[in-house]
Amino acid sequence: MIKAENVRFEYSTQSGGISLALDDININISKGEFVAILGHNGSGKSTLAKHFNALLLPGVGTVYVKGMDTKDESLLWNIRQTAGMVFQNPDNQIVATIVEEDVAFGPENLGIPPAEIRERVDNSIKTVDMIEYAKHSPHLLSGGQKQRVAIAGIIAMKPECIILDEPTALLDPIGRREVLNTIMKLNEEEGITIVLITHYMDEAIKAGRIYVMKNGKIIMEGKPKEVFKEVETVKNAGLDVPQVTELSHRLSREGLTLPPDILTVEEMVVELCRLK
Amino acid sequence: MPVKVENLTHVYMKDSVFEHVAIDNISFEIQDGEFIGIIGHTGSGKSTLIQHLNGLLKPSSGKVFIDGSELGSKDVQMKKIRQKVGLVFQYPEYQLFEETVYKDVAFGPRNLGLSEDEVEGRVRKAIELVGLDFDSISNVSPFELSGGQKRRVAIAGVLAMEPKVLILDEPAAGLDPKGRDEILRGFKTLHEKQKITVVLVSHSMEDIANLVDKVLVMNKGKIAFFDTPRNVFREAETLEKIGLGVPQVTYLVKMLRERGFDLADCINIDEAKNELLKLFKR
Repeated sequence: MIKAENVRFEYSTQSGGISLALDDININISKGEFVAILGHNGSGKSTLAKHFNALLLPGVGTVYVKGMDTKDESLLWNIRQTAGMVFQNPDNQIVATIVEEDVAFGPENLGIPPAEIRERVDNSIKTVDMIEYAKHSPHLLSGGQKQRVAIAGIIAMKPECIILDEPTALLDPIGRREVLNTIMKLNEEEGITIVLITHYMDEAIKAGRIYVMKNGKIIMEGKPKEVFKEVETVKNAGLDVPQVTELSHRLSREGLTLPPDILTVEEMVVELCRLK
Repeated sequence: MPVKVENLTHVYMKDSVFEHVAIDNISFEIQDGEFIGIIGHTGSGKSTLIQHLNGLLKPSSGKVFIDGSELGSKDVQMKKIRQKVGLVFQYPEYQLFEETVYKDVAFGPRNLGLSEDEVEGRVRKAIELVGLDFDSISNVSPFELSGGQKRRVAIAGVLAMEPKVLILDEPAAGLDPKGRDEILRGFKTLHEKQKITVVLVSHSMEDIANLVDKVLVMNKGKIAFFDTPRNVFREAETLEKIGLGVPQVTYLVKMLRERGFDLADCINIDEAKNELLKLFKR
C-alpha cells in the first residue's frame, strides 16, 4: 500500500543551514495493516507522514502509494484520495458549521452525485458513532468528538489508507479512547490500512507493527512485543515503555523470572500469579 | 494564604438557551508552596477554574482571593495580581512573537518598567530555569527551535515575571516522553528551589502521581476529590465513572490484591517494584 525507498528529505533553516529530516528511509506497509510510527519530537515522523499523501515529495528516493509514484503530478488527486490524512488539531480540519455538511465537503469536491454523497455521509457518521450529532454545530463538540468528525470526513472519501498524525495529542483520556477505538474499528471492520503517528505507548501497543524513528532514521521495526522488550533502546530514542513493561524489566534485574515482553496489566497479573 | 476560592460559580451565556454552569459553587484553598494537580475530563471546568485564579474570568458569584486580596474589588489592581499569578496556557509556543529568544522572554519584564540590567538578570535566570543555555540561545529566533525548546522559551517568558503562583495548563501536551519528563522535572525543581506554588492541569495520571502534593479532581463543575494522590487514586471506580483513571501500576496492584496478594497501595513504578520485591524475596 505504501512503500518508501531510500527516501531523503532536507529542510533549509532560516539561518541558511540545512537540516536532514529524513535519512535513507525504507518502509513497506501492506494493505490492511495497522502500523504505528513512534519517535521523539523532531525525529522526522510527521515529515515522513506528509510524504505518504504527497504533501511533501522526497528529495532523494521514491514513495509509492498503491504503486503510484508521489512525484507524478498527474496522479496527485488519486494519491490523496487513496491515502487520507488526519492531523493533530481537529479545529484546523473542520470547515463547515454543521457536522454532516463538514463530512460532505470531501465527497462534494470529488464530484460525486448527491444521492451517493448522502449515503457516504450517513455511513461515515455512523462508523464514527456520531449519528446523534449529525445536525449539530462542530464547535460545540468535545475534542474527541471533533476528531471523530474529522475522521468521518476522511472516510467519506473512501480512502484505502488513513494516516493519522498524533490525532489524540490534544484529547482527554475518554476522547483518546473514543478515537483509538474508531481507528481500530476502521482497520478491523473496513479493512482500511492505518498509519498512526503517536507519542502514546498504550496506543502503539494496539498496532500490528511499529517503526521507531530517531534523528531522521528508522532505528527499530517489529511487533509491539519485539520493540518494547528493548526497554533501553526505546528510552534512548526519547520514548517510553508502558509502566508494567518497565516494572517487569526492573523486577527481572532484581532476579525475578519474568518474560521481557509484557505490555499490559493483564499479562503482568498472569505472570506474577504464576510466580507466586 | 495565596489562593482561596469561596463559593465560586461560573455560568457561561447566562439567560440564553446556551446557558451552561461551568463551575458550580466550589470552595478550596491552596497554601503557600504547595504543588497542586488538577484533573478532570474535557468540559469538567478545569480551564474555567484556572482562568479565575488570575482574573481572566470574573465569577458569576463567589469570591477568589490571592494573598488576601479579593479579585475584582475596587482597591485591587489586576496588573499586580497577574504579576503574582503566572498562567501558562496550552501550547504557549503559539504565543511567541519576537525576533530573538531574549526579546521574547524580556517582553514581560520590560513592560513592568524594569531597568535593562534587571531585565537581563531576569531573562537569564528564567532561561536557565527551563533548562536552556542562555549564551547559545538568547540571540536565536524562537521560530528556529524545536517544539520542546519553543515550549520552554514560552514558559521562560512567564517565569521572567517572577510569579508567586505558577499555573500550567497541560504544559507537556504534544511533547515526546523525554521532553515531557524533562519539562515536568524542571517544574518540580523550580517548585523546590524557588518555593513557588505550582498548579498543574494534566490528563496524565502517571505525571500527577509522580509530582503533586495534592490533586483536585473536577467533575461537572464540582470538586469530586481534593486530597493526596495516594488517597485519590484509591478511588479507581469513581475516577473511571467520571472519565478518568489511575496510573497503570495502581491498576496492577489493585488486580493483584483481588487475587490475594498482600500489597500496599502503589502510585508509581518504584513503589510497585519495592512492594513486589518484598513479597517475592522473603
